[in-house]
Amino acid sequence: MTHHIDIGSLLRRTVCDLYSNLVTRPTGAAVRKEIEVVLKGLDEPSLTVIDFSQVGLLDYSCADEVVGKLLDGVRRQVILTDAYVLVRGVRDDHLEALDAVMQRYDLAVIAEGDDGAWRVVGPLDDGMRRVLDAVHRCGRVIKSDLVKAVDTPSCDVEASLDGLLARRLVMRDDDAYVSLQSVM
Amino acid sequence: MTTVITVPPSLDDETFEQVFEQVAAVSADQKILVDARHTRWSSPYGLTALLTLGQSRAEQAAFAGPEAEDTASYWARAGFYRHASEIYEMHGKVPRTREAPTESNVLLEITEVARSDDVHTVVERIQSRAQAILVHELHLDPQATMRFAMTLSEVCQNIVEHAGQGGWVAVQTYQYRKRLGRRAVVIAVCDAGLGFRRSLESTPGWKPRDRWDDAAALEDALVRGVSRYRDPGRGQGLAGVRRFVGKWEGKLAIRSGTARITIVPEWDDAVPLKEGLPHFPGAQVQITIPERVPPA
Repeated sequence: MTHHIDIGSLLRRTVCDLYSNLVTRPTGAAVRKEIEVVLKGLDEPSLTVIDFSQVGLLDYSCADEVVGKLLDGVRRQVILTDAYVLVRGVRDDHLEALDAVMQRYDLAVIAEGDDGAWRVVGPLDDGMRRVLDAVHRCGRVIKSDLVKAVDTPSCDVEASLDGLLARRLVMRDDDAYVSLQSVM
Repeated sequence: MTTVITVPPSLDDETFEQVFEQVAAVSADQKILVDARHTRWSSPYGLTALLTLGQSRAEQAAFAGPEAEDTASYWARAGFYRHASEIYEMHGKVPRTREAPTESNVLLEITEVARSDDVHTVVERIQSRAQAILVHELHLDPQATMRFAMTLSEVCQNIVEHAGQGGWVAVQTYQYRKRLGRRAVVIAVCDAGLGFRRSLESTPGWKPRDRWDDAAALEDALVRGVSRYRDPGRGQGLAGVRRFVGKWEGKLAIRSGTARITIVPEWDDAVPLKEGLPHFPGAQVQITIPERVPPA
């Protein structure tokens, strides 16, 4: 169910074996199309971890092509009906490009930095951030336990969970909510 | 009849306006001779804009380079003559473009940008030298190196995506005595293509507003992040460039058509939006990032 994509290798394999930088829109589009092919072949639901650790530079245009358009397609379910995406191995400058892209699309993605810390990149209100943190800490949790964990009215937690599900930042499994990191 | 265009002794983004003014008075199919014999110094903007000027002419222009040997030699090492000899009909002494060592202040010699692959080449080349110069000589934060390369990538992509023809990029450091009194790294990116106004006018369904000219187009692109493409992810490149320039107290100036828009830092007194300039096609961009002075 979890699939890892080393985007540095993918770049060298699909575009040019001399490149280590994710720059320009045509490069980003070529890489995204390869990722989409992989996603389409996965069983549902699927979690795809995109690893940036072997990527040098990531510019805004390429971040838009690779991550922005990919996640926009996942959210609108034009790529696959039940796909989730995490990114890892991102440096500060990668995060800056990703954040700019996420703001444009009003999307968010969970990212693990090269320091090993997880963070949410993109616009997310405080309520959703608190609930997402709690789901991450628990790994798998039902709503009533989550209400206690964040000490917030049930209706507010439910609204936050709906927002997180719509943004595909948590998974639903029967009556439980599952953090993406826990199924990596 | 050939019209002589006199290049000023010191050539930068401000003095190049004298060149634009002379050229604007001569139709593109008329022969011109660009006379730089008495020019002693040029910024990267001046060199890339000279190449762009040659490209903009329907009738091949003639070019006479600096008579001062050190100036001509420097221009050769910056890569100017290699490209100029393909664009201009060269007059006078042309320095040999041999395998001379690159100047220590040249981060990127004049490089043609016409395709996406060229942007990859530019980024690969700059990364190897940027760290040493930006961090150790200009005292910028190590994090600035990657952002600098991102900025360079985005401004070069503007040529590929919007100009409709190739352009030129160069990156150098120099002592910016006139305004700063310290060193600065300068990116110059020039093309003679569509320009911002015509690029935005090519948006499907575009209709002119009450006020629509080169200045309005520059404001749309730089201030409002408008792009001719409708994708939500478009327009981020220049926004990212603005953020980088703002963070490092830099200056960003974009000239297109008859207008120039400038993000003005505290150390400069440029006019934020200048209109009514002599017309020149395409876009000419200059980014200046000053040396960081450690707190006393």
